[in-house]
Amino acid sequence: MANNVCLGRECGKNTGFWMLLALGGLVMLGTLSAFFYLEHHGHIMTGMNNQIVWGLPHVFAVFLIVAASGVLNVASIGSVFGKKLYKARAPLSGLLALAMLAGGLAVLVLDLGRPDRLIVAMTHYNFKSIFAWNMIFYNGFFAIVGLYLITLMDHKLKPWSKPVGLLAFLWRLALTTATGSIFGFLVARAGYNSALYAPMFIIYSFAYGLAAFLVVQSVMYKWNNIAMDERIVARMKNLLAVFVAAGLYFTVVLHLTNMYFAKQWEFERFLLAGDNIYTTLFWLGQVFIGGIVPLLMLFSPNAAKSPAIVFLAALLVLVGGHAQMYVTIVGGQAFPLDLFPGYAQTSSFFDGEVHSYSPSIWELMLGLGGIATAFLITTVAVRVLKFLPQDDFKEIELEAKEG
Amino acid sequence: MNEPKRPESNLENGERRSFLVASAALAGSAVAPGVMLYGIAQAKPAEEAVTNKVRWGMLVDTNKCATGCTDCVTACNTENGLSGKTGPQDSQWIRKVDIKNLQTGAQHTLPMMCQHCEHPPCVDVCPTGASFKRADGIVLVDRHICIGCRYCMMACPYKARSFVHEPLTDQNPEVPRGKGCVESCTFCVQRVDRDQSPACVEACDKAGHKAMVFGDLNNPESDVAKAVKAYATTEVRGDLRLNTGVRYQGI
Repeated sequence: MANNVCLGRECGKNTGFWMLLALGGLVMLGTLSAFFYLEHHGHIMTGMNNQIVWGLPHVFAVFLIVAASGVLNVASIGSVFGKKLYKARAPLSGLLALAMLAGGLAVLVLDLGRPDRLIVAMTHYNFKSIFAWNMIFYNGFFAIVGLYLITLMDHKLKPWSKPVGLLAFLWRLALTTATGSIFGFLVARAGYNSALYAPMFIIYSFAYGLAAFLVVQSVMYKWNNIAMDERIVARMKNLLAVFVAAGLYFTVVLHLTNMYFAKQWEFERFLLAGDNIYTTLFWLGQVFIGGIVPLLMLFSPNAAKSPAIVFLAALLVLVGGHAQMYVTIVGGQAFPLDLFPGYAQTSSFFDGEVHSYSPSIWELMLGLGGIATAFLITTVAVRVLKFLPQDDFKEIELEAKEG
Repeated sequence: MNEPKRPESNLENGERRSFLVASAALAGSAVAPGVMLYGIAQAKPAEEAVTNKVRWGMLVDTNKCATGCTDCVTACNTENGLSGKTGPQDSQWIRKVDIKNLQTGAQHTLPMMCQHCEHPPCVDVCPTGASFKRADGIVLVDRHICIGCRYCMMACPYKARSFVHEPLTDQNPEVPRGKGCVESCTFCVQRVDRDQSPACVEACDKAGHKAMVFGDLNNPESDVAKAVKAYATTEVRGDLRLNTGVRYQGI
């Protein structure tokens, strides 16, 4: 069991754990440097501007937040729907949910124009703002999932894990609805303004969350020298495939709807058939790398017996997810607002033209800090507590037979 | 008993007179700012809350707005302490937009700024309530509680808002601005509160175009209320039903 990157405490002293901490710490150091640099000089040092107001940090942040709510699904399937295979994974799922949400929120906060006013954001609420509701949902998520983890890990509180798990499941659905609605509620922009964003983000979260879980699980098994059982791989890969397919379905419906509305044609032409990075990222990143290729891999005859194929497919879903966020967040802003339909428009403020955006290294460093935060929290937590899934294969087989 | 002449007393009288004149001038100059402040205070005492009996609004006549003229933009920059630079990261509270009808080829030029909506999307989405609408319809940003999240900029249909990307110097004390906060046209609230027109309107009048009329839309006797009653006017993105305070004529 022990090797040089063994993570559990039973592994005793090992350099692997400290190396991982150092790696995460190094990235965090870069993130904090970028934060203080931007705090001093202002956002003028970023590629963001008055046209593209949310950039690369938001791509990482929203991805992490969406994936965080999705990764909790593994626990929900166990606790709420009673599936044994997933129940064994509930603690790791809850931990990853907390770690990824913390990572995503850290990036959002570090990118604020006035991060020193975080306390203002916590004490002044405009209840008509979906953004304010998101803050309530994020804080509640920490509390509920934290409580849920306690019920999972304390034997005396075990009976509470189902009701608290159900609450966590409902809360995460509300949270992702609110996250999707950050874009869905933007009435003026062609790229947003759709009720589909809420359910679509929930479906995306299912896929990104499960993919993130599978990647972390594979790495943990590998580092602890445990072979992944085929039965686990077979069941979880099918679920991932369903989520990825459902994500593609929602994407198709969103664009089909837009293509039916004449006022949206220009935007669809820009996104789906334009000569820009967003078109490339949409087709190559979101649809091909993040959708079609993983589906082909997951449904390939060898996938059920090959954890490596499933691992790679999950990794591609994560890459595609970042492409999707870039297309949604930056692409949606790059397309100009149409103040005067039927008119060509020009001004000193870039009206009527596709807005340009070149992210700076500082933004990348801020964004990577989110992943580093999640990575550090996870690494330390799996070191001090038992998060490695413990499977009872007799029960799992019985469950599989029952269907 | 003729009194001896006292030429020196004449001198004294002269000195006394000039002393009195100088004193009066000094006292006058000392009191003047106070009197002026009193005048400003008379316009609307600071402790008197604004009221929704007033709805400040503006009508822009695009037929009178001159192509190539940017006097309103310059006046806004001067009044509010903006640099006037037009890079992607620079603040622009008002801009001239040139539009051309794709079917007919008809061209217009017009100033675009915060439209001071009755139902402002920027106010709806602001998480902290920093974006707010005064009772008299002026949409503002409370610089004390703006956290710089820029969600209002995502929500504004008019791209009227700017984010301060760098530290600022040489600010107008009446118009405090700050790095990391969002800002936009305030209808020159500091001027409106002392019964003056926004700087852009004044500059447009001064240039002889008189394309912008500002006033109280709720007062039937005001020029702007009479104009919007007499002519067909347009709200930009009227489909959103935001009931903008700024309206356009001629498009």
